[in-house]
Amino acid sequence: MLNFSKINILIIYLVFFTIAVFSSLNFQDKNNLLIDKKINLGLDLQGGSYLLLEINSDTLVKEKIQGKVIPIKKLLKENNIVYSNFKINNQTLSLNIDDFDKFDLIFYSKKDNQVNPYIDNYRSFELEYKKISNNQIEILFSKFGLLTINNSALKQSIEIVRRRIDDVGTKEPTILQRGEKRILVELPGLKDPERIKTLLGKTAQLNFRLVSENSEFGTEKLISENSESLNVSKRIIMSGENLIDAQPNINNQNNEPTVSFTLDRLGAQKFGRATTDNVGKRLAIVLDGEIVSAPSINEPITSGNGMISGNFSFQEATDLALLLRSGALPTPLLVVEERTVGPDLGEDSIRSGVISLFVGFVLVILFMLYKYKIFGLIANTALIANLLMLIGILTILEATLTLPGIAGIILTVGMAVDANVLIFERIKEELKTEKSIIHAFDTGYTKAKITVLDANITTLIAAIILFAFGSGPVKGFAITLGIGIITTLFTAYFLARHLTSIVVLNTKNKEIRI
Amino acid sequence: MNRKFNFSSKFRSANIFSLFIFATSLIFILFKGLNYGIDFKGGTLIELRASNTNTSSIRSILTNMNLGDVSVKNFGKSSDYLIKVEQKQTNEENIIPQIKKKLTENLNTEINFRRVENVGPKVSAELLQSGILAISLSLAAMLFYIWIRFEWQFSLGSIIALFHDVVITLGIFSFLSLEINLSIIAAVLTIVGYSMNDTVVIYDRIRENLNKYNKLSISEIANLSINDTLARTIITSITTLLALLSIFILGGEILRGFSFAMILGVIIGTYSSIFVASPILKFFKVTYKTLEKEEEKIVP
Repeated sequence: MLNFSKINILIIYLVFFTIAVFSSLNFQDKNNLLIDKKINLGLDLQGGSYLLLEINSDTLVKEKIQGKVIPIKKLLKENNIVYSNFKINNQTLSLNIDDFDKFDLIFYSKKDNQVNPYIDNYRSFELEYKKISNNQIEILFSKFGLLTINNSALKQSIEIVRRRIDDVGTKEPTILQRGEKRILVELPGLKDPERIKTLLGKTAQLNFRLVSENSEFGTEKLISENSESLNVSKRIIMSGENLIDAQPNINNQNNEPTVSFTLDRLGAQKFGRATTDNVGKRLAIVLDGEIVSAPSINEPITSGNGMISGNFSFQEATDLALLLRSGALPTPLLVVEERTVGPDLGEDSIRSGVISLFVGFVLVILFMLYKYKIFGLIANTALIANLLMLIGILTILEATLTLPGIAGIILTVGMAVDANVLIFERIKEELKTEKSIIHAFDTGYTKAKITVLDANITTLIAAIILFAFGSGPVKGFAITLGIGIITTLFTAYFLARHLTSIVVLNTKNKEIRI
Repeated sequence: MNRKFNFSSKFRSANIFSLFIFATSLIFILFKGLNYGIDFKGGTLIELRASNTNTSSIRSILTNMNLGDVSVKNFGKSSDYLIKVEQKQTNEENIIPQIKKKLTENLNTEINFRRVENVGPKVSAELLQSGILAISLSLAAMLFYIWIRFEWQFSLGSIIALFHDVVITLGIFSFLSLEINLSIIAAVLTIVGYSMNDTVVIYDRIRENLNKYNKLSISEIANLSINDTLARTIITSITTLLALLSIFILGGEILRGFSFAMILGVIIGTYSSIFVASPILKFFKVTYKTLEKEEEKIVP
């Protein structure tokens, strides 16, 4: 075990230096980067905001199932299936039909099925039906139909969340999908996430609807911005989808903040027609079910440009414009988890982390020197090499360092010497019975090898499980702990062993004591 | 370290002691319960720094807001405070800006909000679930690994020792009403790894000695093996504890619970490798034949 061929030595030191040199990249001049790789600081160290958002597709499913009513009725009529008692429930439709076999055939037809499309990816139809009683059936979205709705709503939401956050202009945001219903948002350096939360909390579904004189069929009562109760038609003239731009403005006449908007061609046509036909009537501008304002139509607006006023502050106008520009969210978003760390707490954490790392390191080094003298020096050299390699690998992976991650490094320092302790203690035992010193070292290394491996693999298993299940900062701990074990094995078994062999082989005839 | 300690003579009293502590811990965990933090219970946490104020004035401002269960305490420095608001049934979403506003208006001093965390009921339930799953899985993984590397008796013995460590650590947390949060789960998992590490070193030696001295009883073998590895056990515990103490004292308030759990775990884990994992092999009637049988199976 003490004999190293030249090529082995070369490989060991080459591996060590190649990895260790990466640790220096973290101290590069920011303006003059040689290689753009460094360890990232977690939100708990640099300060910032972490938000976990959840979509709620219940209302969306309800809307979608309602959208199926007319096509289904049409399909039944076309195929001469007599139906009765057609009811729209929360997320299902129920009806009585006379011919089940025929219904089954056309409902589950794979060819050109507009009403109930076949989703190739999942090998499933969008809708399914259940027999409730003799002639009554219930139509609802299939498992995969729901999944499709959910997925597309999530993808769309992520896109809109990204647009809104980019528009606010935070630096380097991270926006990721988490599971089937959630969006993870990390905003480094953000001190107060309230504004972003407010912006993300609005679906911003905008539509333009006519105000009726009386509460006739097809209208609903909404309260206007100056608490006037208005009957607003449910028919949507034009929605926010047709908007291509929106900007906050100050009205020249009364110095009031307003939002001016530009419509696409289709929107301009729709809007032009509606305003031409309804001069004199009032037009309600409804955002998320609330009237922003309900001005009278004085003249036809055909230019595709318009303006919304509604007792805004300038901030409100700015936010409304931003929301309109980014588009509407398909479903409301709920903040289910939020963690914000101020920048000064982050700095404090870095400071105390570094100090405790340094102190822990020095204590361990002194203890090892006291305990093993020259071999303690070897163990310590291996420990320093270990740290350099650990930081090097974290840099190569561009891993995120968190406060628990620093704790993981300190713990590695404490546990890393274990490998060398195991080996040295084993050699001590061998020295008691073995005459030849070199032979004692050799057997010591051989016998300790299995134990060192077994002992470290158990910790590695714990680290891997922690990485798989942990979230955020805890993951950072698992990373440093896990990589620490690998670098520990390398440094103890190759570097320290080589250094030991140099010491042992050069003091052949003298007494060696551990 | 040449002195030999007679550990095996202490096995019986140690086992009674372990059983007693284990049972007491279990009673505490079951009846007093664990003090879950907002990670697992849901709720809001605000850490703030403000001079010229005290916990009672902060508390009285918050009590007026009718938020439900609110706790306010000092956190590390005397000017740092930690506010915890329990999850309420009513889905009050904008509680954080409300609290911030109220405090800013009513405390006549500058407030620095250093940390704000809010965990919803769904997420906290999931976090707890995945925490329990992670610990169970790590125990299962250890069981499996030792089963592959040794024989089933060793595997079972080490798992009983691990269980002992985890339950007692949590029992002490329950007894002292210390908060269980995500980092404590990380600490428990690391304890599992560390304690296993310690046990494996002794088991390795037991296996070796069983082959070497097939005349000795398992108690004698265990005693011998513990003594053989004692120096290593102590030195590694010391270096690990040195590192952990450094985090505990200098690492700041956030890491205190984590490092405390780890310190407990290292001490308990070292104890259990010697006094739980090793004597338990006697109950499984492990002899050198246990090893031979396995080898015969492998080589037909």
